[in-house]
Amino acid sequence: MAQVAEPLLKVRGVDKHFGAVQALYGVDLDLPAGQVTALCGDNGAGKSVLTKCISGVYLPDHGDVFWDGQPVHIHNTRDASRLGIETVYQDLALCDNLDIVQNMFLGRERTSRYLLDEDDMERAAAETLASLKVTTVRSIRQPVASLSGGQRQSVAISKAVMWNSKLVIMDEPTAALGVVQTAQLLALVKRLRDRGLAVMVISHNLNDVFEVADRIAILYLGRMVVQDKASAFDRQRVVEYMTTGRKGMKAAIN
Amino acid sequence: MAQPVEIPPDPTAAVQAAEAELPPALVAQTLGQYTRAWIGRMRGGDIGVLPVVVGLAACMVVFEIISPNHVFLSADNLVNLFIQSSFYMVLAMAETFALILGEIDLSIGFLGACGAVIAVQLVQPVTTHWPWWAAIVAALGTCALAGAIQGTIVTRLGIPSFIVTLAGYLIFNGVMLILLALGPFSGIPNLVADDPNVKVLYNLVAGTIDPTISWIVMGVVVVGIGGLMWYSDSHRRRSGLVAPPPSLTLIKIGLIAVAGIVVVGICNVNRANSGYLAGVPWAIPIVLAVLAAWTILLERTKYGRYMYAIGGNPEAARRAGINVPVVITIAFALCSMTAAIGLILYASYLGGMSNNVQGGQLVLFAVAAAVIGGTSLFGGRGKAIHGVLGGLVIGAIYNGMYLQSLDVQRIFIVTGLVLLAAVTIDAVSRRGKVSFPGGRR
Repeated sequence: MAQVAEPLLKVRGVDKHFGAVQALYGVDLDLPAGQVTALCGDNGAGKSVLTKCISGVYLPDHGDVFWDGQPVHIHNTRDASRLGIETVYQDLALCDNLDIVQNMFLGRERTSRYLLDEDDMERAAAETLASLKVTTVRSIRQPVASLSGGQRQSVAISKAVMWNSKLVIMDEPTAALGVVQTAQLLALVKRLRDRGLAVMVISHNLNDVFEVADRIAILYLGRMVVQDKASAFDRQRVVEYMTTGRKGMKAAIN
Repeated sequence: MAQPVEIPPDPTAAVQAAEAELPPALVAQTLGQYTRAWIGRMRGGDIGVLPVVVGLAACMVVFEIISPNHVFLSADNLVNLFIQSSFYMVLAMAETFALILGEIDLSIGFLGACGAVIAVQLVQPVTTHWPWWAAIVAALGTCALAGAIQGTIVTRLGIPSFIVTLAGYLIFNGVMLILLALGPFSGIPNLVADDPNVKVLYNLVAGTIDPTISWIVMGVVVVGIGGLMWYSDSHRRRSGLVAPPPSLTLIKIGLIAVAGIVVVGICNVNRANSGYLAGVPWAIPIVLAVLAAWTILLERTKYGRYMYAIGGNPEAARRAGINVPVVITIAFALCSMTAAIGLILYASYLGGMSNNVQGGQLVLFAVAAAVIGGTSLFGGRGKAIHGVLGGLVIGAIYNGMYLQSLDVQRIFIVTGLVLLAAVTIDAVSRRGKVSFPGGRR
């Protein structure tokens, strides 16, 4: 038994290239349970590629992934959800024509005697939403088309949490949201953390990052340049790492 | 409910602000609230079956007024109308499978006709003399297979269904002509024979059920459906789930009962000019059986749910682990199989098959009926009942204009205009829906 608690997910030395383009160079990343890790980086830094390597969309060329200290191979998204990794993509992947319950159970519907067990699913969905305090949604039989951007985001996250997931990855969750909805969403992210889930948030928005993150990891041109407790950073430092890959360069250029 | 959350910008205000911009809630408990929520939904673009019901009522009134001697609403003509609409209804339900997925199937007119020719040929006493049920099973199976092949081409090769089924339209037109020419029937195999086996197919549409039995069966069906609706709604209310108020459940059950009594009542009027002819034509229970089966499949099974998901957002369906190509392929098979049922009804109505069957026109009427009934051309929205209501509208227009002794060209023009109106409602209501989430209060 290690003295320091082992991070829930540990990525070590992951390389990934597409044809001649190297997207990730030996990336290390720790995602501890009960903490929000913000993954930052400029456009093209490799945030999405790294995320997709964890969620099973891409297979890394080299490197190891450890889950609860055990080496694992995540070949597809189904492997990832079996481990307890759920990803909320930027486009949310919701069906507008279906209602909230139908969306939350899509692909994993409960049945009794070959027919859908709507009552059971509605009850479970209501419990999940209530436990996450997603209270702005008045009826869970509303079609998703009638929801606001923040409500959709909440539904997508609740859907991810519903399946006893242990790690939730969110891709730019606040990008399309207004001020109020962003505040609600960040509160929801904190609630996931307080439940003991590991959360990884990909974000450009430094306000959000400092609001919600316990740890910050910064990618620059495919390399993990720094990851540490959020309290070890200030805004200036994060921007410098994101734009130049190291601290203090900006001042030197100027 | 709104618990204070620990975020700097005043959280309670935030929650309230978000609630204020919500669309009308569906948690209404009383009939009044429910009506308001319903009106709100319609404004939001979810218009449901209202336009088609209003349109149907308008058709009825107009044709009754202008028809010579006001025969349109006579029992005789209404039974005729049910019979003439039956194959449009079934074909529209078939097309619904493709439309929900956001696809289209143009081949079902001639493919279904191939199925009907197969059934008619197989029961002929002088050649194969199959039992009627085996002939029908063979016809449905063949069409389902052909539909599955078209679906496979659409999904595995990624060719638009419009093109694949347009090719199918031509191919099956040719196949139908070949099948018609088989046997010693000069291309017009018919169902007019003394053979009781052939009679079953001949009477499939217009054969009547004994009036007393009709009443009993109707009563059992209405009580059964009403009981199920009441039980499930009150159970949901007791469990605290989203459910309509008791008064609304009662109104729905009442409407079903009234519809049943009116239809059976009309059919049981003696409609013979001389002698006696009364009873429900078999076309009605057959259409209702197809309606019940496809309603359960679409709304109460995983498979149906996956169809709606694919129609709404194929990428989300794929990420949810749904095998999208398989679902689409099965849908094309079911579409073609249902079309075969429709065309067998048509063959029964015509008393045989010939090269006069207008498969192209039938498929266009099928699409028109589904869309008029409320199924969206853009995918993700549609029900089997829409096909039945839309088929009734098409049948009413046809029947009403025929009573006016209007030429076929005028009938085409009117039907086309009605289709255009239905598609316009669909497109405009969808546009209303898109603008809804962000702006409207």
